[in-house]
Amino acid sequence: MKPRIHYRELEGGVGFWALLAAFGVLIALGLAAAHYMETNGHWVTGMTNQVVWGMPHVFAVFLIVAASGVLNTASVASVFARAPYKPLAPLSGLLAITLLIGGLAVLVLDLGHPDRLIVAITHFNFRSIFAWNIFLYTGFLAIVAVYLWLNMERRMNRYSRPVGFLAFIWRITLTTGTGSIFGFLIARDSYDSALMGPMFVIMSFSFGLAIYLLVLMASYAGSGRPLGDATVRRLKNLLGVFVASVLYFLAVFHLTNIYWAAHIDFEKFILFGGNVYTWLFWGGQVVLGGLIPLALLYWPRTGGSRFWISVACALVILGGLALMYVIIIGGQVWPLDLFPGKAVSSTFYDGVINTYTPSLPEILLGVGGVALSLAATMVAIKFLPFLPASLEDAIVEPAPAPASASAGAQHA
Amino acid sequence: MSEAHEDDSLSAPERARRRFLTQIAAVTGAALAPGMVLFQVAQARALDQPVSSKTRWGMLVDTTKCARGCDICVKACDIENGIHSLGRPETDAQWIRKVTLRDLHTGYVQSLPMMCQHCEYPPCEDVCPTGASFRRADGIVLVDRHICIGCRYCMMACPYKARSFVAEPLHDQVPWSPRGIGTVGGCTFCVHRVDRGHKPACVEACAADGPGALVFGDLMDPESGISKMLASQQTSEVRADLRLNTGVRYHGI
Repeated sequence: MKPRIHYRELEGGVGFWALLAAFGVLIALGLAAAHYMETNGHWVTGMTNQVVWGMPHVFAVFLIVAASGVLNTASVASVFARAPYKPLAPLSGLLAITLLIGGLAVLVLDLGHPDRLIVAITHFNFRSIFAWNIFLYTGFLAIVAVYLWLNMERRMNRYSRPVGFLAFIWRITLTTGTGSIFGFLIARDSYDSALMGPMFVIMSFSFGLAIYLLVLMASYAGSGRPLGDATVRRLKNLLGVFVASVLYFLAVFHLTNIYWAAHIDFEKFILFGGNVYTWLFWGGQVVLGGLIPLALLYWPRTGGSRFWISVACALVILGGLALMYVIIIGGQVWPLDLFPGKAVSSTFYDGVINTYTPSLPEILLGVGGVALSLAATMVAIKFLPFLPASLEDAIVEPAPAPASASAGAQHA
Repeated sequence: MSEAHEDDSLSAPERARRRFLTQIAAVTGAALAPGMVLFQVAQARALDQPVSSKTRWGMLVDTTKCARGCDICVKACDIENGIHSLGRPETDAQWIRKVTLRDLHTGYVQSLPMMCQHCEYPPCEDVCPTGASFRRADGIVLVDRHICIGCRYCMMACPYKARSFVAEPLHDQVPWSPRGIGTVGGCTFCVHRVDRGHKPACVEACAADGPGALVFGDLMDPESGISKMLASQQTSEVRADLRLNTGVRYHGI
């Protein structure tokens, strides 16, 4: 007989409350930073008329992209009907909501007028990909919330699959929309690529799954609940595929840019300029966030160790932040080419490679958004039954009846 | 038929009085009509009338006249719109700036003013989530500061780097060109002046104290000075490859 999955609220000891308090402090610091930026104006940040989006956007876009990707496990369970992923779906949906809220909070608090949020949700210009995203984000929150309810309410389980399918379509659209915020910038050599949409989708798969795996392992290790090796192995192998796919997309993106003569100077700047963006791209994304995690995930001696899998996940996340920094900041410091073939200069920084130094308030706001996501997740799993009491292999994926005895013995 | 009956019913003196009034009205109309036409030309439109797409305001910059080192247009814009440096060049607003170009192969140097190009298809308008960036029917691209949320996506999208973010509280603003912390601004073609039949401050200053390199007028009117000049000499748009059909055109680049 198939063992039943029991979902339980997290017990939560001293460590739980201490971690939650730490996140609370980070959230308070983030809010204080936002207040400081709003009352003084953005001149107190590193953002200028040249680099108009800074560190808050690096964090916000990362969180929004990851929010879509973290729904991977739920999608595999509902869309592809893979039974072993089903117990993992509630946490997947929860993180999708909390990460998106964290990202949106950072984005809104960085606006010149966060007090005009009501304007943003009552005035729409439907030609703007930004306006579409407002619908995509709020729709995503609603669909995933309904999906969670259908999933967690036993009587409604049978309806969860079509809603899961809708969530899958919606998240692909959402991340394509997020990537297109950059892809639609026709005048900038650094963006203006149809690849931005799909590249952001694959980035979301990778960053989201890394966060999911890390949160899953931390929750089960912290609460002493059993988490089977098969579940971890399955997710880390999938993560490896996504990490490799991100590297593939980055290679295609930069190679197509190099093919276009007008973009060669920008590519030289990012890839071989010897500047902070070059280091963050090669060192941060490609090596630390790509090749090393791949090695850690697939090399048998580290691929079986939860410690090294955690390190790989953390590196994928750090590499993702580095990549966001290269895309968002690196893309803006490169000057607009108003007069191709001519050297341009002015008092408004035309024709020069701009500078950007992240300020403390920006970083605090971004980190506050991450803390908000994680704190909301902790509160939710503490008071609602999101996590299965056990994710032992025998429970998650029971072997067929004749072989059940040997499978149980193997696990023991 | 009924009018004829009425006329028949009128007495002779009444008919004479009616003829007299009709003649007076005709004479008065004939006398005033040319004046009204002149008034319309000077005024463009009454202030209580909506702007019309029958007009498209545009500017022609003659770079062959524009002198290096001359920033009369920039100063005029700053005074007119209450823009002044706050000592932080990276966040200070610049609605119009002088740009120096040097040909990479020949070394030929030119100077020209760069500002909002008032595109027919403005990327800033396309990307603005709330519709705060908008293009008036007469081609002037503006920001509605009341619904600008300060997301700066328009600044990312503008190919001309024509917009500035108000990054700190402002004092000593001019009432006809209000700005506000946390919103984006840029050249308005001095819309407050144009609506009253005047030219933008930069154009007037360049004509009065500078080389007269700027011409402003209605691109839709084939008889306007700017239309005639555009029809008779080579001009080009900046980033013409983007096909934004800019309202600002340059001669000599």
